[in-house]
Amino acid sequence: MPEKQFMMGNEVLARAARAAGATAMYGYPITPGSEILLWWAKEAGSEQGKKDDMVFVQAEDEIGASFMLLGSVMAGRRSFTVTAGPGNVLMQDAFSMCEAMRIPVVAYINQRGGPSTSTVIYSQSEVWLTAYGGNGNGYRIVYSTATLQELYDYGIKVFNIAWKYRFPTFLLSDGYQAKMMGEVELYDPHARGIEMVPTERYLLEEKRDRPIDEVVPKPEVHIRVQDGVEYSCYRNCLNLEEETLQVNLEIKGAWDIMAPEIEEHETYGDPDAKVLVIAHGIVSQSAKAAIDATGGKARLFRPITLNPFPKKALLEAVRGAETVILAESAINQLARIVRDALYETPGPRMIEHFRPSIGIYPEEIAELIKNA
Amino acid sequence: MDAPVAELAFPKCVRLESKPHLFCPGCGHPEVLKAFGYAVDALEIQRKVAFGVDIGCSLLAYDFFNIDTIETHHGRTVPVMCGVKRGNPDAVAVAYVGDGGAYAIGMGSLLNAAIRDEKIFVIVVHNGVYAMTGGQEAPTTLPGTVTATTPYGADNHFVKGPDMIRHVNPTAWVARGITTRQLGLRDLMREGLQHVMDGKGFAFLEVLSPCTLNWGTIERPDKTFEILEGKLAKTFKLGHF
Ligand SMILES: Cc1ncc(C[n+]2csc(CCOP(=O)(O)OP(=O)(O)O)c2C)c(N)n1
Ligand SMILES: [Mg+2]
Repeated sequence: MPEKQFMMGNEVLARAARAAGATAMYGYPITPGSEILLWWAKEAGSEQGKKDDMVFVQAEDEIGASFMLLGSVMAGRRSFTVTAGPGNVLMQDAFSMCEAMRIPVVAYINQRGGPSTSTVIYSQSEVWLTAYGGNGNGYRIVYSTATLQELYDYGIKVFNIAWKYRFPTFLLSDGYQAKMMGEVELYDPHARGIEMVPTERYLLEEKRDRPIDEVVPKPEVHIRVQDGVEYSCYRNCLNLEEETLQVNLEIKGAWDIMAPEIEEHETYGDPDAKVLVIAHGIVSQSAKAAIDATGGKARLFRPITLNPFPKKALLEAVRGAETVILAESAINQLARIVRDALYETPGPRMIEHFRPSIGIYPEEIAELIKNA
Repeated sequence: MDAPVAELAFPKCVRLESKPHLFCPGCGHPEVLKAFGYAVDALEIQRKVAFGVDIGCSLLAYDFFNIDTIETHHGRTVPVMCGVKRGNPDAVAVAYVGDGGAYAIGMGSLLNAAIRDEKIFVIVVHNGVYAMTGGQEAPTTLPGTVTATTPYGADNHFVKGPDMIRHVNPTAWVARGITTRQLGLRDLMREGLQHVMDGKGFAFLEVLSPCTLNWGTIERPDKTFEILEGKLAKTFKLGHF
């Protein structure tokens, strides 16, 4: 039976990873994510945790944590990390290697204030960093959650998406969701018919479902057989521009096939309303309240996957809208993605409501809707 | 004996298709790798080893062996191999790193892996410079040495890796070898591997190794030998710690 429990967002995330069958966590303490480390430290050392061969490591820093995570995933273990702000910055080193080599790491990103150390509380200013950080081309999957229940649902889902498609996959949350307490329905994914995608070893695998060079770009993996055993050698340092081009095209090819399968969004309110509010994450909850309070004058478009961005759905949503209100707790992060998606579309007037690293109340959005 | 010469000249686990290797003439890396390969052969663990190579000249070894190998980022091989070992406890996880990768950019990870007593084997190739990037100063560069970034001579301080590791981990297996003594190096490799295979904890081997290109001795093996045995081996103690 699914149980409804009252708990903090970070505990919801910690339990989601456990329910998804993750058995290893590598992290470095940072607010607002540390509770997940504490929960895993305790769980891993418990009787059941030992039985389940759980691993918890507090690393030397986020660079160490993220590279350990990468190694653990290459060893075939369902593993994850959690970080925020400056920690997310440090993890880009490993994440760019994961992006290059199609290594399905999972990270829960609890956005905090930015730039720099800033506040330990809240923001939506890690959208670009999470989606496009590193020195690649932004081939990472990013889900933006809005509620405690979604922390659990997507906290499980990200593992399946990561292992099915073999891209680094992030659950983008924030300090409010992480620290708020509320009711959540916890469940065993199997009981809901959610089958967990099996993991596979990149290193020391005995038997593969498909050749590893159909996953990792070909110039990056050199396979040889000796005495009937297959040995895989991986590299990310390439010699030729042409090899690098091939790597990038192979990554893009896999991404383009995947994107339409996983793009997600939510709409809310009267589809004929002339005012369209675009918001993601917890701000979309404020927007819903504002829409309710203003009596059907406005509707919501909320991207759930920020990357790949649900462009088609957005184009559909802006049709018929006379005014778009774009609200985010950052300056021009979601807005730039939206404008990019609307390029070539005669767009409606856009009202920007940028409140970097500070919460957005329903009243603010309601005011904008009234004046639109 | 009618075996091809290559099979006699290399350990069995070497990937012959990737030879001749990519290192400079007189480079110490192939000597270190060879010793490692013979130790792997002797212990019959070719299929158990997960080999991590750093960015630095060590990256040229990404397909040196028929051993599952991962080339990581500069300074990140130690944490990657910690993760591999945690992820797959049956793996014999080995990190193969330059002295810049180990003691500069990767120092935090290296020291903390030793402090946590991670069950991995770290091999550091000590050539006193950043070889791959053109001979800049490394944390091992001796006082007064002129390098690409110390045109007036390096300053007075440098790191002694094995002493440092021993300081934070009293139970680790810690040693220093040198490429001029190949047979001894094979023994050290075997001991280090055995230590992690027995689940005893962290194993650390530093190897004094020439960079003939950046030392300017590519055509003077006698000078290479003189620097290694006459200078480095006198400053950096060999053997177990
Ligand atoms: C993050 C990062 N910084 C800098 C570099 C450039 N870089 C490549 S190899 C190297 C130094 C290698 O020196 P060492 O680790 O001593 O290995 P060696 O080449 O001497 O064997 C540097 C600085 C890099 N690849 N990545
Ligand atoms: Mg060096």
